[in-house]
Amino acid sequence: MPELAHHHPALAHQFENLAQQKEASTLGMWVFLVTEILFFGGLFATYCVYRHWYADAFTAASRELIVWAGTTNTAVLITSSLTMALAVRAAQTGERRLLMTLLAATMALGCVFLGIKAFEYYSEYIVHHVPGPGFQFEAEHYRHAQLFFSLYFMMTGLHAIHMIIGLAVMAVMWWLSYRGIITAEYYNPVEVSGLYWHFVDIVWIFLFPLLYLIGRHAH
Amino acid sequence: MSELILPKRVYYTIFAILLLCTYLTWQLAYFDLGPLNTVAALGIAVFKSVLVVLFFMHAKYSTRLTWVVGIAGVFWLGILLALTMGDYLTRGWVN
Repeated sequence: MPELAHHHPALAHQFENLAQQKEASTLGMWVFLVTEILFFGGLFATYCVYRHWYADAFTAASRELIVWAGTTNTAVLITSSLTMALAVRAAQTGERRLLMTLLAATMALGCVFLGIKAFEYYSEYIVHHVPGPGFQFEAEHYRHAQLFFSLYFMMTGLHAIHMIIGLAVMAVMWWLSYRGIITAEYYNPVEVSGLYWHFVDIVWIFLFPLLYLIGRHAH
Repeated sequence: MSELILPKRVYYTIFAILLLCTYLTWQLAYFDLGPLNTVAALGIAVFKSVLVVLFFMHAKYSTRLTWVVGIAGVFWLGILLALTMGDYLTRGWVN
């Protein structure tokens, strides 16, 4: 009884100690991320096949994307990964105010990313680049450019959904920090959420050149 | 818990390299390097990802079991891409 009473409040009873609990939940997140790699991997494989078959249509369609928006968003996401990594560090050192500030900064950058993405979607909608009956493109590539834009909207859309989930996770982390539940002794939730956030960043690192940059040198 | 806490300098350095690589990817796309355009873009993307995984995601300091899981994921992605493209790239050879 006295021994149980000294357990850290965050320690689940199936674990020996916090270190073991941390190792288990970190590994759990890595396993989840592996399923995510293969989830996105299916789309990347589809992209490879169609880009191989319809290379000209893909470069022509890629050229229509707003390259400054894609480049800016890459920088925004990388910056958010920096604030995330520093947030984990602040959690490790127990700097609660700094942790809350950095989590807020990460969320703000995530919102900037989604804002720019929304602007892009709107611009593409205006010029009739959304696949479907209203799609407009030069006649030569009309059908296959739709494949490119279908993949573009699916891949960036799935990525954006991951960003939105990430924002929700960060909001919970901010709340846990605010309540003082995150401490130097128990910062595991922030670390594991960070793994997810960085993974979403990595997906974008690949989407950016594959979607925005493949037709830039053709002129 | 006595966890390894990296100096902030590490994170700033990685951040700077990632931004530099992004700029490089963007600029390289405007030069016609033939098939090397894709190779360069993906090469830089892989390099950036490795940096993020090793330092931002602390994989460098993780358990071996974590390494096994992560590498297995990439390996399976490799199977998916290699076998898929092994089919599509060679279909023309039959005729």
